[in-house]
Order: sequence, then structure tokens, then C-alpha cells
Amino acid sequence: MALLEVEDLGVTFRGDREVRAVDGVSFTVDAGEVTGLVGESGCGKSVTSLALIGLLPKQNTRRVRVDGRALFDGLDLLRADTRTLRDIRGREIAMIFQDPLSSLNPVVPIGVQVAEVLVRHRGVSKAEAQRRAAQLLDRVGIPDPNRRLKEYPHQLSGGMRQRALIAMAVACRPRLLIADEPTTALDVTIQAQILELLKELVREDGTAMIMITHDLGVVAGLCDRVNVLYAGRVVESAARRPLFAEPVHPYTIGLLNSIPRLDAGQGARLTPIRGSVRDVLPWSQGCAFAPRCDRAVEECLAGPPEITGDPHSFRCVNPGVGVDLEEVR
Amino acid sequence: MLRYIVRRLLQLIPTLLGLSVILFIWLHRLPGGPETAILGERGTDETRAKLRHDLGLDEPLWIQYFRFMRRMITGNLGTSISTHRPVVTEFAERFPGTVELTVSALIIAIGLGIPLGYLAARRRGSIVDHGSVAGSLLGICVPIFVLAYLVKEVFAVKLGWFPAAGRQDVTIDATRVTNFYVLDGMLTGEWDAAADALKHLVLPAFTLATIPLAIIIRMTRASVLEVLGEDYVRTAEAKGLTERVVRRRHVLRNALLPIVTTIGLLTGGLLSGAVLTETVYSFTGIGQFIAESIDRRDYPVLMGFIMFVAVIYVTVNLLVDISYGLIDPRVRVR
Ligand SMILES: Nc1ncnc2c1ncn2[C@@H]1O[C@H](COP(=O)(O)OP(=O)(O)OP(=O)(O)O)[C@@H](O)[C@H]1O
Ligand SMILES: [Mg+2]
Repeated sequence: MALLEVEDLGVTFRGDREVRAVDGVSFTVDAGEVTGLVGESGCGKSVTSLALIGLLPKQNTRRVRVDGRALFDGLDLLRADTRTLRDIRGREIAMIFQDPLSSLNPVVPIGVQVAEVLVRHRGVSKAEAQRRAAQLLDRVGIPDPNRRLKEYPHQLSGGMRQRALIAMAVACRPRLLIADEPTTALDVTIQAQILELLKELVREDGTAMIMITHDLGVVAGLCDRVNVLYAGRVVESAARRPLFAEPVHPYTIGLLNSIPRLDAGQGARLTPIRGSVRDVLPWSQGCAFAPRCDRAVEECLAGPPEITGDPHSFRCVNPGVGVDLEEVR
Repeated sequence: MLRYIVRRLLQLIPTLLGLSVILFIWLHRLPGGPETAILGERGTDETRAKLRHDLGLDEPLWIQYFRFMRRMITGNLGTSISTHRPVVTEFAERFPGTVELTVSALIIAIGLGIPLGYLAARRRGSIVDHGSVAGSLLGICVPIFVLAYLVKEVFAVKLGWFPAAGRQDVTIDATRVTNFYVLDGMLTGEWDAAADALKHLVLPAFTLATIPLAIIIRMTRASVLEVLGEDYVRTAEAKGLTERVVRRRHVLRNALLPIVTTIGLLTGGLLSGAVLTETVYSFTGIGQFIAESIDRRDYPVLMGFIMFVAVIYVTVNLLVDISYGLIDPRVRVR
């Protein structure tokens, strides 16, 4: 059964001009499963995740409109009141952010920042929470946890800060963990360690995870299911194997061709997607990717393409090779 | 931390020394002298010279300065030229009123300013926000003596809610211990005396608090707005923490740094504002005495006052620095 069912999630910022940052995103996350949300910078990954836990700046005001549904265990997160959300956040759904330094409070000791989640959701005493916080730091691989508890974020290395943030996120054994580019701000060697840690933690606790990334390499090692986002919409969604073996959407194919492969042999060249995310067409006028697409045909500009196919679904009128279309349809 | 404080205290000594030299020279170079005030137009050149000699004012300035310093080190500020009483005694009687007024004003300004500034930031664009911003602008613009007269006119004269003048009703026969009237009443258990003194404090304290209150509101609002946009506040919210914990531990603690600095800087202005306020409310603090002493060139009183204010100012700023260290671990390390 699906733990989280996101249906037609839309987010519109109304400033001087309307920005539809997320435009009809649908995906599901099963209990204990790792789901990837992949896409270039600015495609709406962070906005999607923040909307789910009600943390967009000024969410539910005139400035930001959120529509659609997001059923978490039957409860619509987008319509839940603040108190319910405060109870869910940190306990049922936890989040890990991109920049570990700015995401930690500089003037509060690490121990307090970990322990406060336990005090809030588990109702334990401060002393007990500190004791458990030390165990948590140990669990996420921070050496000498009792000393680290008393230290401040600026005294920790980048990797250790992210480990501390992970400790806070898993403190209450949430059912869903949302990781928004958790490794982007880290050194490459540390990146792999952090991903390994996350993988281990969610497996041990049976936690479902949404892994947000622009890096298909991260997805390959971690995710059961992958959703590729472009300009605020899901353009392709499939289990990991079929997505890597038989990508259909030209954007996904482009992404795959632009990452280095070990098996490509010497001399093989990377082919980046031409243009940039700024060259988008509003979805209302056709496929947003059309201006950058090698396979674009006239029909692409006829209107927004529908999403088709199950379980390997895509949003394209002229899909790429690599998949038996008859079988998909 | 203790070593840091001691080091800071030692750093004070050269500052105060330098200040005392500059002000001593400046004060004694002002045209006119105490003999003019005492003898008036009647004095002949001869009597003036004699008086100057009696007061030790005919000696070289540096000898006068050393005499002043020698006295000061033993805690003796000399004798007032005009009242012939020890300066220390004069201060002990008058300073408590000023301090009482200043501290009350500061408590009001901080106690109201931080919550209002926080609310204005949290409900940005709401009535609370617009009200605080407009109100604080008004508070900064209106000159303090105009405001003092207005407040007195309305709340004391027209409505009669609070007394218009003095520190305590003359009919109350209160025991004096420290000359802080409210404190005295509490120490001796004369609760009605304390209450009366408190009542006399309300209008002048609120008047004096207006400008610092306005500044603290604006500073808090700006600072909280900045902190609210920080990633760690989002992290705190993502942990599902209660509004109270987010506010105290994550927002205010970080927003406090610039506010504390502002409060330190406000103390100087507060003391001069106190002098004006005291005049309007006939509040017996140090204000009027100092004004008279300037007219009379009462050097011992003026030097004592300057040194006293300097010590207060420097101490407040030391407290600011110490609280900085307490709030922000990154400052402590340096
Ligand atoms: N507060 C806001 N007001 C207006 N527009 C916003 C706001 N926040 C985000 N957006 C817009 O929403 C779009 C999606 O932003 P989002 O942060 O979700 O991108 P992202 O996919 O997470 O990118 P990145 O990989 O850089 O983190 C962007 O085009 C951005 O301009
Ligand atoms: Mg992002």
C-alpha cells in the first residue's frame, strides 16, 4: 500500500508575477521504499518537498497557492492544520536539507538540537534525551559522541554536520524521510559515505525515503523508483532498472547521456543536454522541454502532453527508442 | 570566561585615564570660573584672585590634575564648590533617582520592545506590524521634552491617574536606606511608600522609554525578520518543535545579538534623556544639580559626574560584550 500518494500537486508563487513552480506533480511512495525525485536545478524539487510538510514560506496565504492532494497514510497533508502538521513533522515525516552548516543553529549545542526532537515527540526528560542523543550520534557514525554533544556546529566538519542532521531526522524513527540533495554541499568522498549511511538507516528502520537529487548517479545506487521532473512536472516515472535500461523521455535520455559511465570505454564523449533550464515553454503551450529537445516534432507544441504508461509512465508524444512502445502502452 | 572579563576590566583603566585627562583640561579651559558664579559682579580682581587661590585654581593644571587623581583613587571626589558638601554625598542622594528612572525606562523598553518587534516580524504586513512600525517612527520623531509635557498634561493633570511631579508624596514619611525609593520601601517593608514611589515613576519612565522602545522595536523586527529566513529555523520547524521552542531557542537567541548591541548604545542617550525628563517632572535626580553645576563651574562635581557616567557607560558595554559571549559560542572562542 502506498504510504504517500501525491496527486496533482501544484504550487504557485504570486509575487509581482505568478510563478508556477510545481505544476501537477503526481507520484507515490510505498512504505519502506526509496523514491527518487530527479531533475535539474530549479525544476521544483525543493518546493515539492517543502509543500508536502507545509514549510513553504508563507504557505496557505494569498502569496503561495498549493493545490492537489498529498495523502499520507490517508491524511491530506496539504489540508492538515498547523497543529497536526507539527505533530507529524519530525515524528512521522522527517527532512534532511542540502546545506548542513546553515541548517544547524549556530548558537545551540549539537546535543540540544538532537535531543529537542526527542523531548518534543517522545516526551522524555532532557537528561534521557541527551543520553539517547549520544546513542544517535554514535549510530550515524560520529566518533566520541559525548564530547560532540556539547560542541557547536562550527566545531564540526561538513560531513559530521550532515551526520548530526541525519541523527535528528531519524531520532523518532519516522515512516518517511525526505532528503533534499543531502550530499550536494559535501566533498565527493564524504558524499558516498553519507549515501551509504542513509541507505543503511532506512533499511534498518524500514523507513521510506524520498531522495531528491540532480544526480542520476545517486539514484542508481539507492532508489527503488525514480521520478524525473522537468519544469515542475513529472516527465518520466519508472522503477530503477527499467529507467536506466530503457529510458523513454528525451530528457531522461539526455540526463543519462550526460553522466560519465565506467563502461563507456575510452574516448566516449559526454553529451550534455543543449540549452538550459531557462529555455522552457509554459506547459500550457506544449511540452516545456521542446525548445531543448532533439526529437521535437510539431505535435509537441500542440498542447501539454499527457502522462501515459503504467508502471513505466512518461509524458512525451515522440518518445525515444530503448523501449518497446507497444508493451508500454 | 572569567579571564576574559578580568582582561576587559583591565582594559578599562587606560580608557578612563585618557578620558579624565581630556575632560579635565577641557573643563578647566572653559572661559569663566567658579569665582564668577560665587562672587557675581561684586567681586574685585583682588577678591577673585584670592578665591582662586583658596580653591587651588591658581596652580598649574597638571598639579591640579594630580591632586584630583590622588583624591579619586581613594574614592574621594572632593567638595562641591557651591554647596560645600562632599561630592560623594551629593551623588548618593541624587544619583539613585536618575538610576531608578533610567533602569525603569530600560526595563519598559526591553520588556515591550522585544515582544512587539518579534510579533511585528512574525506577522509581517499585519496590523500589529504596521502599527509597531508607524508607532515607533512617531516615537523616534517626537522630541522628548514635548512628549514629556504632553504625557504629563494628559495623564497627570487632565486624567489625574498618576502624580505630576516628584519622586514620592511629601506626606509619606519613608525611611531612607539606599535612596532608591522603591527599593527602600521594599527593604523596610513600607509597602505603601514603595507603591507610591512606583506610581511617581510611571509617567517619567514611560516618557523616557519612548525613544529606546521605538529603536528596540525596529531593531528586533529587522533582526527577527532576517533570522526567520535562515535555514536553521526551517530545520527547527521541520522537526515539529513547538512554536515556543522555535521562538526562544532558534529565533530569538540568534536575533538577540544586534539587539543587545543596540541596548548598550542606547544607555548613553538614556542618561541625557533622563536629565530632560527629570526637569519636566520635577523628579529629583542628578539632572538639575548637574545643570546648575555647569553654570557655576563646579569642577569637582562635574569631574565626578563625568567619571561616573563614563564608568556606567563602559560597564554597560562590558556587559554587552559578556552577553555576546554567552549568546554566541563563536565569539567566545576568539
Ligand atoms: N519563495 C519563492 N518565490 C517565488 N518563486 C520561488 C520561490 N521558491 C522557489 N521558487 C521558484 O520555484 C522554482 C523551483 O524551485 P526549487 O527550489 O524547488 O528548485 P530545485 O529543483 O530544488 O532546485 P535546486 O536543485 O537548485 O535545489 C524555481 O524556479 C524558483 O524560482
Ligand atoms: Mg532544491
